[in-house]
Amino acid sequence: MIEMEVVYSRPESFTPTTTHYCPGCTHGTAHRLVAEVLDEMGIREKAIGVAPVGCSVFAYDYFNHDFVEAAHGRAPAMATGIKRVRPNNTVYTYQGDGDLASIGMAEIVHAAIRGENITVIFINNAIYGMTGGQMAPTTLPGMRTTSSPGGRDVETMGYPVRMSEMLSTIDGTSYAVRRSLHNPANVRKSKKAIRRAFEVQERGMGFAMVELLSSCPTNLKFTPQQALDFVGDQMVSYYPLGDYKVAPEVKALKV
Amino acid sequence: MALKGTIEVNHKYCKGCSLCVEACPQNVIALDMEHLTPKGYHPAMLIDEGCTGCAICAVVCPDAAITVYRESRKKKTK
Ligand SMILES: Cc1ncc(C[n+]2csc(CCOP(=O)(O)OP(=O)(O)O)c2C)c(N)n1
Ligand code: SF4
Ligand code: SF4
Ligand code: SF4
Repeated sequence: MIEMEVVYSRPESFTPTTTHYCPGCTHGTAHRLVAEVLDEMGIREKAIGVAPVGCSVFAYDYFNHDFVEAAHGRAPAMATGIKRVRPNNTVYTYQGDGDLASIGMAEIVHAAIRGENITVIFINNAIYGMTGGQMAPTTLPGMRTTSSPGGRDVETMGYPVRMSEMLSTIDGTSYAVRRSLHNPANVRKSKKAIRRAFEVQERGMGFAMVELLSSCPTNLKFTPQQALDFVGDQMVSYYPLGDYKVAPEVKALKV
Repeated sequence: MALKGTIEVNHKYCKGCSLCVEACPQNVIALDMEHLTPKGYHPAMLIDEGCTGCAICAVVCPDAAITVYRESRKKKTK
């Protein structure tokens, strides 16, 4: 007998709310993957998210679990406090590259140094989305933004920072990997990494971060598909995908 | 016979971004230029037979707007 079965439906960890993200923005994709992982692990009801300042500032409206809003860049500090007071909850931050790698550089680095048992979802879209497309620490060399209209000149504006590589050098980091959201195969790989990053926390194995190369079609003035192609063609070559730190006990995890 | 699939696009969430249109390996999705969603976008729709229920459209949809169904052969348990 042939029946129709549901092979994919909207995750339960989402609220029935539309998002304010621009059409085709992969913030939505990243949210969806987190929601799917929380569903699959059955940990939605004990999850506590920490939202950043940036386009994902309203993330607390979109997830159907507890959420707090941090000051710009301070999400890892807030998550530290929450996790230490409520160790049985699953605590994660969701942060953009302006939030995590610019104003919040000290907080993320010290959370890793302390080996805090939190999960960090880091959205690298190479730009400040919310404020109108200014240069981020992650903006590619030569890339035009509203604050680098002639293209990022590394002589005067410095070089893009590779966060996964940097955090991988810290002993307190248990898991630091980079994935990309530019096509279906890479979206699937991103989800696997997010799953592992949450499993690390569930087993008390320490600090875990997943960096996701993401698109900002609006500020790059691209169509959604062109913006994904930019990620796949330009960003991946500067930010190679891969596992930068996987502690032995994390490697042994069957996920 | 290959199993068939189908999709349902929720107009509340769809923003007409076309990423599912580009990603569908069967080329059976297009934007519906005859309709607008409540937010004012042209929603994605199935335009042809041939959907396999592979769910690739759902994997790329940033707005979790797509539900995917696929035929399954179930043995009667009685
Ligand atoms: C203390 C403080 N400084 C600056 C700002 C302005 N501001 C808001 S969002 C943002 C950067 C957002 O970029 P990113 O973190 O990359 O997130 P995206 O919007 O790209 O997702 C800045 C600088 C602020 N809100 N608060
Ligand atoms: S401005 Fe960019 S990052 Fe922000 S919602 Fe729009 S596309 Fe996404
Ligand atoms: S399930 Fe697969 S074949 Fe069907 S519309 Fe989606 S991408 Fe196309
Ligand atoms: S990917 Fe999702 S939001 Fe974009 S057009 Fe398709 S169904 Fe609509």
